[in-house]
Amino acid sequence: MNRFKRTGSILGGAIAATLLIAGCATGTTSNTDNTPITLTLATFNKFGYSDSMLAQYHTLHPNVTVVQNIAATSQAAQDNMFAKLAAGSGLGDVEAVEVDWMPKLKQYPNLFVDLNTADTKTRWLDWKSAAATVNGKLIGAGTDIGPEAICYRSEPLVKAGLAGDPAGVAKLLTGDWNNYYTVGQQFAAKKTGTAWFDSAGATFQGLANQYSNFFEQNDGTVVATTNPDVKAAFTSVLTASSTNSAHLQEWSTDWNAGLANGAWATMLCPSWMLGVISGNGPKVTDWKIANVFPNGGGNWGGSYLTVPTQGKHTAAAKELALWLTAPAQQIAAFTTTGNYPSQVAAYTDPALTGAMNPYFNNAPIGQIFSDRAKAVKVTPYKGVKYAAIMQAVQDGLTRVESKKQTIDASWTQVVSDIKALG
Amino acid sequence: MTTSTFVVPERTRSRLAFRESLGRWDVRFSPYLFVSPFFILFALVGLFPLLYTGWVAVHQWDLLGGQGKWVGFDNFTFVLQQRQFWVAVRNTLSIFLVSAVPQLIFAIVIAAVLDSNLRNKTFWRMSVLVPFVVMPVAVALIFGSMFGERYGLVNRTLAHVGIAPILWHTDPFASHVAIATMVNFRWTGYNALILLAGMQAIPRDLYESAAIDGAGRINRFFRITIPQLRPTLIFVIITATIGGLQIFDEPRLYDQNGLGGENQQWMTMTIYLYKLGWTQLNFGRAAAVAWLLFVVIVAIGLVNLAITRRIASNEGPAN
Repeated sequence: MNRFKRTGSILGGAIAATLLIAGCATGTTSNTDNTPITLTLATFNKFGYSDSMLAQYHTLHPNVTVVQNIAATSQAAQDNMFAKLAAGSGLGDVEAVEVDWMPKLKQYPNLFVDLNTADTKTRWLDWKSAAATVNGKLIGAGTDIGPEAICYRSEPLVKAGLAGDPAGVAKLLTGDWNNYYTVGQQFAAKKTGTAWFDSAGATFQGLANQYSNFFEQNDGTVVATTNPDVKAAFTSVLTASSTNSAHLQEWSTDWNAGLANGAWATMLCPSWMLGVISGNGPKVTDWKIANVFPNGGGNWGGSYLTVPTQGKHTAAAKELALWLTAPAQQIAAFTTTGNYPSQVAAYTDPALTGAMNPYFNNAPIGQIFSDRAKAVKVTPYKGVKYAAIMQAVQDGLTRVESKKQTIDASWTQVVSDIKALG
Repeated sequence: MTTSTFVVPERTRSRLAFRESLGRWDVRFSPYLFVSPFFILFALVGLFPLLYTGWVAVHQWDLLGGQGKWVGFDNFTFVLQQRQFWVAVRNTLSIFLVSAVPQLIFAIVIAAVLDSNLRNKTFWRMSVLVPFVVMPVAVALIFGSMFGERYGLVNRTLAHVGIAPILWHTDPFASHVAIATMVNFRWTGYNALILLAGMQAIPRDLYESAAIDGAGRINRFFRITIPQLRPTLIFVIITATIGGLQIFDEPRLYDQNGLGGENQQWMTMTIYLYKLGWTQLNFGRAAAVAWLLFVVIVAIGLVNLAITRRIASNEGPAN
């Protein structure tokens, strides 16, 4: 009897508590806007979303605090994303995704919130939003694109008897990839103690993005192992690399240290690379940008913001993602880290066209990258396996650069690694 | 007992019988009940995942898309035919050996020193545990940049002494040594403390009588400490085997990509598993690797058990 009474009172208490909680819940849902929430924004490398920009969002939405988590590399962000998508929890409210692995996510549109709204229909370049749209559902809001120029250090170039001013270097490097390598050999022959470019891997990215179907055909068939263009690019980059390269694998600790020490004289410079260079080499003062790119133009990378449906505050997260990818914020990001906007309206904005970058000796980056964006003629097709194939090829390039294998042996291994992806 | 003449009310009797059987059940089943939490927990977080992984391994299974069609042992045959799988097996065993052997030797030596008469015992005992509380991620980041090939601290120091730089990332064995260093940094102290606890339990009079009989320190260590330490040693070696073969954090964080290097120099089995499952989204193949890893661990665990039994039951080298 006694026991029952106790259970009864516990039950009663529980019911009361539930009612109380329910009461609270109904009380809060009526004014959701004022409940303080924290949104996590997960990015990688440099997106240009400065603390002050996030603070500005807090002033506009006093109940929302934005915390940014920055992964070291796109690869790390990618792995984290898939691990937590599979787990069903743990992702940020807004997650950055790079164009190369967007195709993998496009297989699972249900895991993402549709970011289409009436006033964002025409916000982005057509190809930019098309690459993140599945059956009319927009799963990624475009942040930046990566039109490529050449960044160079004037000091070693002048030391080697080459032109040092941006116009002179642009003239010197106008031409195809062979021209870029040949100038590099002339430079290397002068033995300045500085390499011509950072790595075969990074340079290969420039070539890969100039073909419409480099690794895969539009139906997803993998052609990387049979496409003669791939092998030709692989061989030519590595042949040039033996004399021209600093042999530092991109994004490695040694590569970062190499930037800080000015270990190479030129590098491919998608707009988002500016922030990487200035961030890693604060003491190197002679970086400049030449308005030129081997073999015309090219786009390397560029990203999106997605809102995974697993988040708790998807509506607020969508609002944040769309605010961050609005032209005004992307122009601000451009002036901070150089990420060139993918928003059409930004291109005519004087804040963009007149932008200068003090680190790169006041390079008129607005002008340069708008020219470089216009020079891009090819939109490469990137399918589900693109990122994995690129990783296999990059590994192959590094194996030769680290002198572990010959070009042929390494290529054979690349082919078997790509086949193992099937 | 002949108590049938007593008139016991029906209700009381059934009550008594019930109580009696309750008591019997108590004796019979309580012990099982008391140990059941472990087994229930094990079934839930150990056995079930193990069997479920087996289920996944015989299917086509997309990480996010879920179960596909039944493929039997295709995933296993595929994995076993991959060069990368065998490289992963090589790396796992190599890193395990390079880390576990010195780690246990050092741990025993440290434990023996801590077991002797030191001043401020607690201070010394706690200090060996300090590396253990440092986050593995922090350890990996620090060691990763220390072992940079061109600008890393280790190679720069070597250059000062006039030694050619060691290719800590490019050379497979050098990378295994570097990773083993991180593992040892973290686990030596922990194992030393466990071994110390085992040493403290050895009856002191054994040492005293041995000393009276004229056995020196070294002799006492090999003839008394090591054999007496046997159960603890077995425990430490088995856990070190399981941990060592599942090594993941350190090699994963050893470079920026976390995939074990461009030539899979330090790609362990767990990293290969991760690569298949989470980068290529092929969960079926990843599950197959998980099962193969399980088999390897059980096999090596048994070998270790056999060896440890031998070493510890031997009375040291013959006179």
